[in-house]
Amino acid sequence: MPDQLIYAMEVFLNGLMAGVLYALVALGFVLIYKASGIFNYAQGVMALFSAMTLVGLMEGQVPFSHLINAILGTQVHHFGWHLPAVLGILLTMAVMVALAWLVQVVIFRHLVNQEPIILFMATIGLAYFMEGFGDLMWGSEIKKLDVGLPQGINLWIDETTFNIFDYGFFIDNLDIVATIIAALLVGVLVAFSQYTKQGRAMRAVADDHQAALSVGVSLSFIWVMVWSVAGFVALVAGVMWGTKSGVQFSLSLIALKALPVLMLGGFTSIPGAIVGGLIIGVGEKLFEFAIGPIIGGATENWFAYVLALVFLVFRPQGLFGDKIIERV
Amino acid sequence: MKTKLLTSLLAGIVAAAPAFAELTFSSLSYRTGPYAANGIPLADGYADYMTLLNERDGGIGGVKTRVIECETGYNTEKGVECYEATKGEGVLVYEPYSTGMTYQLIPKTAADGIALHTGGYGRTSAKNGEVFRNVFNYPANYWDGASGAINHLLDVNGGNISGKKVALVYHNSAYGKEPIRTLEVLAEKHGYELSLLPVDHPGQEQKSQWLQIRRDRPDYVLMWGWGVMNQVAIQEAVNIRFPMENFIGVWWSGSENDVLPAGPKANGYKSLTFHGVGNEFPVLDDIKKYVVDAGKAAGAGDQVGTVLYNRGMYMAMLHSEAARTAQNMTGNSDVSQGDMIKAMEAFEMTEAKMVDLGLPNFGPSFKVTCQNHGGDGLVAVAQWDANAGAWNMISDYKQSDQSVVAKLIAEDSAAYAAENNITPNCN
Amino acid sequence: MFYREAGDFKTSYQDDNQTFPIKFDRYRYYFVLFVAFAIIPFMINDYWVNAVFLPFLIYTIAAIGLNILTGYCGQVSLGTGGFMAVGAYAVYKLMTLFPEVNVLIHIVLAGVVTAGVGVLFGLPSLRIKGFYLAVATLAAQFFLVWMFNRVPWFYNYSASGQISAPERTFLGEVITGPETEAWAAYLVCLVFVTLSAILARNLTRGSLGRKWMAIRDMDIAAEIIGVNPLGAKLSAFAISSFFVGVSGALFFAVYLGAVEVGEVFGINKSFLVLFMIIIGGLGSIFGSFAGAAFLVLLPVFLKNVLVGGLGWPTDLAAHLEFMIVGGLIIVFLIAEPHGLAQLWRVTKEKLRLWPFPH
Repeated sequence: MPDQLIYAMEVFLNGLMAGVLYALVALGFVLIYKASGIFNYAQGVMALFSAMTLVGLMEGQVPFSHLINAILGTQVHHFGWHLPAVLGILLTMAVMVALAWLVQVVIFRHLVNQEPIILFMATIGLAYFMEGFGDLMWGSEIKKLDVGLPQGINLWIDETTFNIFDYGFFIDNLDIVATIIAALLVGVLVAFSQYTKQGRAMRAVADDHQAALSVGVSLSFIWVMVWSVAGFVALVAGVMWGTKSGVQFSLSLIALKALPVLMLGGFTSIPGAIVGGLIIGVGEKLFEFAIGPIIGGATENWFAYVLALVFLVFRPQGLFGDKIIERV
Repeated sequence: MKTKLLTSLLAGIVAAAPAFAELTFSSLSYRTGPYAANGIPLADGYADYMTLLNERDGGIGGVKTRVIECETGYNTEKGVECYEATKGEGVLVYEPYSTGMTYQLIPKTAADGIALHTGGYGRTSAKNGEVFRNVFNYPANYWDGASGAINHLLDVNGGNISGKKVALVYHNSAYGKEPIRTLEVLAEKHGYELSLLPVDHPGQEQKSQWLQIRRDRPDYVLMWGWGVMNQVAIQEAVNIRFPMENFIGVWWSGSENDVLPAGPKANGYKSLTFHGVGNEFPVLDDIKKYVVDAGKAAGAGDQVGTVLYNRGMYMAMLHSEAARTAQNMTGNSDVSQGDMIKAMEAFEMTEAKMVDLGLPNFGPSFKVTCQNHGGDGLVAVAQWDANAGAWNMISDYKQSDQSVVAKLIAEDSAAYAAENNITPNCN
Repeated sequence: MFYREAGDFKTSYQDDNQTFPIKFDRYRYYFVLFVAFAIIPFMINDYWVNAVFLPFLIYTIAAIGLNILTGYCGQVSLGTGGFMAVGAYAVYKLMTLFPEVNVLIHIVLAGVVTAGVGVLFGLPSLRIKGFYLAVATLAAQFFLVWMFNRVPWFYNYSASGQISAPERTFLGEVITGPETEAWAAYLVCLVFVTLSAILARNLTRGSLGRKWMAIRDMDIAAEIIGVNPLGAKLSAFAISSFFVGVSGALFFAVYLGAVEVGEVFGINKSFLVLFMIIIGGLGSIFGSFAGAAFLVLLPVFLKNVLVGGLGWPTDLAAHLEFMIVGGLIIVFLIAEPHGLAQLWRVTKEKLRLWPFPH
């Protein structure tokens, strides 16, 4: 087999893995948009905040330590305990649920029925606020996140492919774990929305707010639930990306990676987020591999958007999005 | 209430007259934003050294130092705002720690007659003091660094790297592109093959670049990164099992922040440096005693001795010694902005001085002249020991290839002078 | 009792159709112009110009541009940063290629170049709508930034990739480069803002503006009544990009003097201008001013109060700034979702009745 083809296969597989990580971030957007029509600009910051909270709880950091020290002149920084990862995740989840409830009560209950761009702007305000709040609470230094996920090259795949192709493929263990977790997450979400009462209520709200209200579904409860689930998805995404690069401000920029996925897959579709993620991941990696060296590299940023744009021209609602029906 | 707010606003904006003479320095820091992790130790080191001078020595020549810290978040516009807000307060020298802001401030500080020090970053050709009258970038610049990296490779390979493959992983910005021209010229000179791998800001996603490195198998990888790009690159290098001792980062890619997340496997990663590393300097003990333990540390006090903290402290030392030189030159204890520029142009750093200051063997010795605002380009290499959790110097200070670097500096500064109608002069 | 139309009779169609029909409004407008042109230049210093007025004026022009596209024509665009970069690089190339020609002409030409680029990237809007279009314009944003970084011709092959504005004069007074007097830079930007605002106001009051608004409200219905969607959308992109290009050119040439495209014209810029028009009020020229003022002045004010006035550590102040800006955005949106311009309109309505309750 010619070398380039083998390399292309390796790039293809890595693209699929990268796509899964993008899809993880995109899932949060889709959930909130589907249920409440809000495009949640703050999803990236929520991932950052949840990761910072997780690290803070696990390391026993004192929240708001900088502020307390500045006002009271003390030097407290740590409580001194170290929590195991599972406990940390559960506590962080509780924090995210509280956050979802607060966001619902303080912001979105007052903005019911506003235009989408106003709701979008409100999430931007929320993103600013949470960024400052997260930095104030946990500090803006870089933190190492270690929940026990394996990292590094997967030796089994390396050896097996070396035996077959005479070139060992590089597949990161973390990516494999991320794929499994993402598959589980999607499975759980789909099962939840199909087979449980709350899940059906969520789908009803996503379909038509008025009709759901009229059959007795509590809108605010569903919205708190959706934001909590999105918060959980943000936490998972934050853990994955934070393990790779440490927990710091740039984590919130992963939301930008998810936007082309949303464009391609459609804003309102969970399978769309997954398929879109895979297509974007493979597309940008293969483009960078094949054409990147000719035009100078670093094409990944814009190629994802251009790819999504091309898809959209042929299918304006994305691959799986709700068909845009306009009535005059 | 409204009047209070209004007065506080006016008080904040209008330059407040100091009650008594002080030597004012500015710290354009970024404790927030994408590079906060690196900006915090830099700012802490600077502020702590200045506080040390006040606490231990009563200031510089009897005059207390004052550091005005202004948060830029690494944002150019905020940097301009900080500069405009503080320049009226008699700031002696500006150190923006950002190449973007440097380009902004070069013409502005030239027009306002204030010194600009960009040690180890910024516009490399500012070394030519005849064109850049008020900009100083001692002790080393990026082109020295690129040449220094190649020098190290030559050392390790017995003087011959012809036929070797060298890859440069760089941040796709003005900063990252700095070494390319020098490396290309050196590639022609020494016969190695250079491949360029740009990484888009912020550099959180580097899979493609490192897969390519894994396929191409270059002998050496150089890195010009900043912020999260460093951590991700080192982690990816560990993942593809690239031999760490063949991975050399520039001095902005060689701090504890960058290697700690990758854990023990990052052992052996090398970084260029233009100053000493480690915790074993008497001045750091002084800082612990007079500043951190006395509760006057700028930060949490946990960064003392880290690479970037030491760098911030080094800059503070260079600035304060230049102020002292100005005091000696004029005989006054008060230093004006014009005096500071003259003092920096006559500045000399010797080993004896550094020992006196508690920094034996900390940095290169150099002398600044009008033609040479950038030191002698002495660069060393440090290596990370993951088990001990410390950086160790593994080479001496060696001068960069001046036959290549000096020529490029002359070209670039001539182009700037032509574009901006500056006649190179020395008065 | 002073804000009335009663007793103010118009005797010509021109008078009846003017922008400010109420006398009080007209005099207020003249007063503001007088203060801006004749009083402020004498009181201004470097700090106020560089930290407050120049960013405010320049962002106002960008906000006017984006307001035309998003507020009047309904096409959400996140490519503003990229288009500002086009303006900046266009003016740089023009300044260095034709140094004898007046820089003010170059700035206008840069706007024209950006208009062309805007039309090109606006073509997808014929097929894609709503938030999908917003994300599609991000393609423009990222591609343009990449292109200016990659193609050395744009930055005249300099080793670092940064562009610096050479010094240029007008009527004997330096207006670009570091030797610029504060008032000269201020006046240049003020003139551009005034002309842009007048131009935009009249465009949006005319038939072109009505076509844009028809497309915004319901584009299929607009097409049925005879509005050409191709012409309307592309003209919106073109004119909007013209303003954004002029603002980018001024940003580079007069305000910053040197830019590095990735950091200055990145996606943050696009979002910032979008926030300005949403806070200020979509579909309103006054809203562009108000939003730009809010997002430029508020952080500077907060910094000066928190750090300068109360002496807090700089990073605490920066974090609080974020929280306060975010919080204020949310409060404003809850109180008045249609932005500051709507608040202004409501105030004027109440004033017209004052002191009567109804």
